Amino acid sequence: MAKDNQIITWETFTEGLWRDNPVFVMLLGMCPVLAVTNSAINALAMGLATTFVLLASGTLISLLRNSIPKQVRIATYIVIIATFVTIVDYTIQAISLDLYNALGAFIQLIVANCMILGRAEAYASRNRPLKSIVNGLGMGIGFTFALLCLGVVREILGAGSLFGFDLFGPRFEPWVVMVLPAGGFLVLGAWLLLFEWLKQRKERADLETAAETR
Amino acid sequence: MATESLSFIFLNAVLANNFVLALFLGLCPFLGVSGKLNTALPMGLATMFVMLVSSVCAYLINIVLVTFEIEFLRLIAYIAVIASAVQLVEMALKKFTPGLFRSLGIFLPLITTNCAILGLALFQTFKEYNFLQSLIYALGAGTGFILAIVLMAGLREKLELSTMPSITQGAAVSLMLGGLLSLSFMGFAGLGG
Repeated sequence: MAKDNQIITWETFTEGLWRDNPVFVMLLGMCPVLAVTNSAINALAMGLATTFVLLASGTLISLLRNSIPKQVRIATYIVIIATFVTIVDYTIQAISLDLYNALGAFIQLIVANCMILGRAEAYASRNRPLKSIVNGLGMGIGFTFALLCLGVVREILGAGSLFGFDLFGPRFEPWVVMVLPAGGFLVLGAWLLLFEWLKQRKERADLETAAETR
Repeated sequence: MATESLSFIFLNAVLANNFVLALFLGLCPFLGVSGKLNTALPMGLATMFVMLVSSVCAYLINIVLVTFEIEFLRLIAYIAVIASAVQLVEMALKKFTPGLFRSLGIFLPLITTNCAILGLALFQTFKEYNFLQSLIYALGAGTGFILAIVLMAGLREKLELSTMPSITQGAAVSLMLGGLLSLSFMGFAGLGG
C-alpha cells in the first residue's frame, strides 16, 4: 500500500456526502431508506443509528484489518456489525420505547444493510482507522441526509406536518398514499429523476460553454 | 403462541404483506437483478431456498437461546446461520449451473445481506410462530418475493423496448414501477391484518 494513499483530504469526507452518496448514487441500503422514512423524526433516528454502526464497525475493522484472515473476512465483518447493532438496538429501547416501536424490526435489520458491509469490504479493510472514520462519517451523514430528504417530503405531503408539528392547519387533506409503502418508491423515484435532470442539464451547459470557447 | 391458520399465514405473506412491496425487505436484489426474466426467476428461487433453510435453523436456534436465556445473541446467531446457508446455495449453483452462477454475480453472496431473510427470521420469532407456521411463513415470503421480482422483470423487459425520456433511464424508472406495483398490491390489504 502506497504511503500517499493514507493522506486524509477534504475529499475523503465529502465523497460520501454527495459524489458517491450511498442512497442517491450507489443505491445501497434501500430497505430502511424506504421503510422508515414515513416521518422525518424516524428518518433522522434511523440515519443516526446507521451512522453510529458504520463508524464503530469501520473503526474496529480498520484496526483489525491486518489480523483478519482473508477467507473468513465477510463472516468476521458481519459478526462485528451485528455486535454494534445489538448495542444500538438495546440503547434505543432504553432511551425511547415509542421510537423503538415505530422503527420496529428495522433497527435489527441494520445488520443486513448492504451499505455497511460494502464500506467495510471496500474501505475500512484497506485504510487506516482515522481515514476510515472520516470517510464513514461522510457516508453516514450522506445517508442521513438522503433519509431526511425522503422523510421530510413524505411527512409534509402525507401527514401535513414536519417533525410532528402541524404545518397547514386542520383544513389540510393529507395525501395518504405518501406515507404508505407505494409513496416511498414514488418519492425516491422522483428524487432520482430530479438529480438525473440536474446532472444532464449541467452536462449540456458544460458542452455549450466548451463549444462557445472553441 | 400465535393461533393464525396456515392458509392465512401463507396468503398474508404472499399478497397482503408482501415482503418486497409492502414491508420493503429485500430491495437490493429486487432492483438489482430484475433486469431480465431468466436471471430474476433463479434469483427468486435461490432466495426462497435460503429462506426455508434459515427459517428452520432460526426456529431451532431460538429454542436454544431461550432455554439458556441468551436472547441478546439472537441477531449474531441468525446472521451466522444465514451466511452459511447462502454459502451452501452458492457452492451448489457453482457446481451444477456455472453459467447461472456467473450471471447472478455479486448478488448471490449478497443474499446474506438480503434483509428479507433476516427479517423473516426475526418476524417469525416476534410473532411466536410454531414450527409448521414458521415453515409456511417462509414458503409464503419466498413465493411473494418470486412473484414481485418476476412481475418487475417482466415489466422492465417490456420497458427496454419502448422509448423514454433520457432522464428516466436507470434506477428512477424502476422505482416508479415498484411504486405502481406496490399500489396495486395495496388492493390485497383487506385480506390480511
